[in-house]
Amino acid sequence: MNQKNLASELEALPNLSMTINTSRTSKLRKRLWKERYLFLLLLPGLLYFIVYRYVPMLGNIIAFQDYSPFRGFLNSEWVGLQHFQKIFSDQEVIRVLWNTIYLSFLQIAFAFPIPIVLAIMLNELKSERYKRIVQSILYLPHFLSWVVVIGIATIFLKTEGLVNRLITPLFGIEPIAFLQEPGWFMPLVILEVIWKEAGWGTIIFLASLAGVSPSLYEAAVVDGAGRWRQIWHITLPALRSTIIILLILRLGTVLDSGFEQIFLMLNPFTIEAGNVLDTYVYFLGIQQSDFSFGTAVGLFKSVVGFVLILSANWLAKRFGDEGVF
Amino acid sequence: MRFHKSLTERISGMMNASLLGLLALLMIFPFYYIFAVSFTSYEEYVASELILWPKRWVLDAYTYIFNAKEFIRSLGVTIFITVVGCLANLLFTATMAYAMTRNIWGQRTFLLLVVFTFVFHAGMIPTYLIVKATGLIDSYWSLILPNLINPFNLIVFRQFFLNIPSELNEAAVIDGANDLQVFTKVIIPLSKPAFAAFGLFYAVLQWNTYFTAILYLNDPAKFTIQVILRQIVILNDAANTLTSAARDAAIAESMPPVETIGMAAILIATLPILLVYPFLQKHFAKGVMVGSVKG
Repeated sequence: MNQKNLASELEALPNLSMTINTSRTSKLRKRLWKERYLFLLLLPGLLYFIVYRYVPMLGNIIAFQDYSPFRGFLNSEWVGLQHFQKIFSDQEVIRVLWNTIYLSFLQIAFAFPIPIVLAIMLNELKSERYKRIVQSILYLPHFLSWVVVIGIATIFLKTEGLVNRLITPLFGIEPIAFLQEPGWFMPLVILEVIWKEAGWGTIIFLASLAGVSPSLYEAAVVDGAGRWRQIWHITLPALRSTIIILLILRLGTVLDSGFEQIFLMLNPFTIEAGNVLDTYVYFLGIQQSDFSFGTAVGLFKSVVGFVLILSANWLAKRFGDEGVF
Repeated sequence: MRFHKSLTERISGMMNASLLGLLALLMIFPFYYIFAVSFTSYEEYVASELILWPKRWVLDAYTYIFNAKEFIRSLGVTIFITVVGCLANLLFTATMAYAMTRNIWGQRTFLLLVVFTFVFHAGMIPTYLIVKATGLIDSYWSLILPNLINPFNLIVFRQFFLNIPSELNEAAVIDGANDLQVFTKVIIPLSKPAFAAFGLFYAVLQWNTYFTAILYLNDPAKFTIQVILRQIVILNDAANTLTSAARDAAIAESMPPVETIGMAAILIATLPILLVYPFLQKHFAKGVMVGSVKG
């Protein structure tokens, strides 16, 4: 009796699951139909992400091939990890990698702290009007293109430019070839980044300072704290978590150097001192059509960047903040 | 004692204010200098060390530049991609962002799909090969389509839409509107500030287009203003860039004002940014864009 029941139950099961299935698909169909206009809005964007963001990710398979444009993605010869082995044995790649990381650390050491100092200084200003005027000037360079910024730098720094015209008689020296001298490359990159982005970078710090209650400062004044002690005990602690988060996230992007700036500053004299991963991939893959090796270097960069960003975000979360993702 | 403290405080406050003022001056000095020199005659520029105010204001550099067909054409190209590109950016960012605020099938997957592109980049060469495979090389669309949607702007835009009370949605639906009508009749009118802000930011990006132009364009006739600007100023090669003007100058046997051409070109390429800057500022001051600074 029992057995028979079980058997009939078992028999009934597939049927049951099938009815669930069909009701599920019909439910889904109904839902999609109901949401058809929303999907109409979503679709163009989705298509964009698939075609120009995800298909290229799949295109990275050519890093494992000897890609030839005539044979295409599928028929090119597979070479395994050959290109990746070359990354770690090629002297040039290692130098480029070093340049990239060195530049990032210079940026963190010299360009990163400046917006913090600027934000504190701006926060100390009494007159709102004056503050707004200074802010408008400091934010402006952010919106200029790198071509304009480096164009301006070129006009000022070339051997017959204004800087040399002023310093040569002053110090009685020969004109300095700022733009050709390899030793000047990295300092100039940092200075340009500071000129362009330091003002804009203050926004996020000023936003954290806007949340500080004025009563804290009032209480500090009552306790006899001067300006410096107020900065030390109220302003800086208020910025602490923002500074830590931004610093950690910056560490997650040590392999990004900003292609446009470096590319525009490179010339035959500075290529060795200034070539970074982004520009190296461009020269190799686009100009010399070494697609596979260029892609391998790019993929190496993407994967390391991916791991770094996720670790940075994890670290940021451990510092008690919500992280970014 | 009390007086003493407030005096040092006042002094340090004044020093802080003047230091910031000095920094601000240092920031705009390059602009001012380039502005002044672009109106200086070549002879005066070569003869004097520092020009703060031209003895004689001349338009040589500007006449030369506006005589160059190459420069005018690049301005035209850049205006075209700025207008069309910015509109396309806005349209597709807004539609996708809005659809992603609604509880549609697979919404989590779509969100993940977008956020993943923050952390993993496809890479320059595979992207180049796909742009090539989709037939965009040497087409103006190569400057627009591969960067149609900025994922970060998409997320911030979505955040903006999420802040619109859903009661407004529901009320419109009760009145018999479908989702498309809700978007065009309710959401868009309520989001004008967001459209203005993102529109301006996208427009600035398009105007400054350089990387995609050198990556995807080979035909000099299609070069954007930034590409031309680099050749004139950074490579110091006005003669081979602005060939039509150089030819005219050679026929007229006049020396082109080499140095000042570059400065005039920089000024012209910066002018549109300066013009929209007050509006940009209004928007990021309001905090609409503070989220996007986070990256």
